[in-house]
Amino acid sequence: MNNIKKNRLKDQLFKFWGICSTLIGLILLTIFIGDILIDGISRIDWGFITDLPSRKAEKSGIYTALMGSIWILILTAFIAIPVGVAAAIYLEEYSKKNWLSGLLEINISNLAGVPSIIYGLLGLEVFVRIMNLRASVLAGSLTLSLLILPIIIVASREAIKAVPSSIKDASYALGASKWQTIWHQILPASGGGILTGVILALSRAVGETAPLIVVGALAYVPFAPQNPMDEFSVLPIQIFNWISRPQHGFIENAAAAIIILLLITFMMNGIAVYFRNKWQQKWK
Amino acid sequence: MATKMEITMEPTIHKNNIQDFKVNEVLQKKAPIIEAKEVKVWYDDFMAIKGIDIAIKPNTVTAFIGPSGCGKSTFLRLFNRMNDYIDGYKMEGNIKINGKNINKKKVNVEVLRKEIGMVFQKPNPFPKSIFENIAYGLKIQGIKDKKFIQKRVEKALKQADLWEEVKDNLKKSALALSGGQQQRLCIARTLAVEPSIILMDEPTSALDPISTAKIEDLIFELKKKYTIIIVTHNMQQASRISDYTAFFYIGDLIEYGKTKKIFTNPEKKQTENYITGRFG
Repeated sequence: MNNIKKNRLKDQLFKFWGICSTLIGLILLTIFIGDILIDGISRIDWGFITDLPSRKAEKSGIYTALMGSIWILILTAFIAIPVGVAAAIYLEEYSKKNWLSGLLEINISNLAGVPSIIYGLLGLEVFVRIMNLRASVLAGSLTLSLLILPIIIVASREAIKAVPSSIKDASYALGASKWQTIWHQILPASGGGILTGVILALSRAVGETAPLIVVGALAYVPFAPQNPMDEFSVLPIQIFNWISRPQHGFIENAAAAIIILLLITFMMNGIAVYFRNKWQQKWK
Repeated sequence: MATKMEITMEPTIHKNNIQDFKVNEVLQKKAPIIEAKEVKVWYDDFMAIKGIDIAIKPNTVTAFIGPSGCGKSTFLRLFNRMNDYIDGYKMEGNIKINGKNINKKKVNVEVLRKEIGMVFQKPNPFPKSIFENIAYGLKIQGIKDKKFIQKRVEKALKQADLWEEVKDNLKKSALALSGGQQQRLCIARTLAVEPSIILMDEPTSALDPISTAKIEDLIFELKKKYTIIIVTHNMQQASRISDYTAFFYIGDLIEYGKTKKIFTNPEKKQTENYITGRFG
């Protein structure tokens, strides 16, 4: 009897602790977003998005940084997706399961945990100096690609692993080659999971600051990049730059830019969730 | 429902016996389509097949029976080399199909598998439309002629006795079909690439009795054109549909012969015990 009461009490305590934990995260996030909205929402208008940066806070816009972020996003996607997905396919479908593949697996997981500044230093040495790409959009994209590759590989492998082996068996038994099975069965079936991983990885790339600063992204660029070899800035760096200014107008600008950046990442996460649900429905 | 079942199945047994007699007459002259000699299989250190010889004649149904883990599925999967992907798999011995050693290096596994179709234990349609499921085997061969594919799809579905049920819904997802329909779809998918041998790995173990009866009728029909090997845990099924039966036990082929003989007058004590349900 006593024991049952004790257990019930424990149950209640844990429930309470769980609610508190959930609320702490939610409340902090709400306060943060609320604060940003109060500071920045009035500053957002079409001009804010299309104006070039200026010394005067009220004339300043995020156009160059936004374009830089979009350039980085697209180039990074073009570099990281084919490499990451191909690596995942190789590891899951082609490589023999032995100590070497085990080692690779552990190291890829480890790479996902390496601080982003380290990737920045690697990018600075390899892309900026050795390959002589200077502080260009391309150098930045290559660096961010390295950063998100492990995430894409791990997510894609999980998605590929989740394809039932009965589907692969059926394909092989009909005389399909390995590549045909991968192309016609495995990739369509795991596409939702792969896409989710890719979008989440890219939304992380959009928010990265440190590696791009190391690579040499500028805090102030007068024009939006026109080609991959141009200099660039990105939204997080623009925000960082504005926040470090003493004038109140720039603080407002920073808040407004944060809203735009958050919107972009929320949108990307939303798209990821949408695709995941759509793919899952197709499978039922 | 039960009486109806008996009615549909009774003539099958009857037909089987007559057919058996006729087929066997022809068979005396025909050379075996599959010949296995001294076949041994290991998974890492575990010896799954311990040296099996077997010869299977064309246009017959051969049942592989035996308790779980006896190696009958492993043995079946040797014929279309589906074990190749299993880690730690190693094989020794000689398997000839239509006189050709299928384990030679220059043998193209994809071509081999077009010749030797397979139906699995659990219905495993692709998450695509009914039409796409059946057309897949043709499309991967590089066939693009739409009319040809359409004809083949229709023919295969008719052969698998599924056409009448799905002809208006070919675009529907195959996953929306019932289990029995899905399994017949998988048979149709195999037939569409026109193999000469069909391997069936417990094809009815996940199905209800009515769907099972349908598939058994189908197997009986298909025997005229194809050689069929079926792994089954269902003794009645083996005795109903097969011409020959092979009894496997712990990696060995204990007894192999005409189904009637195995089920009425087996030579080995182990076979008798298994068939009568004393173990396994």
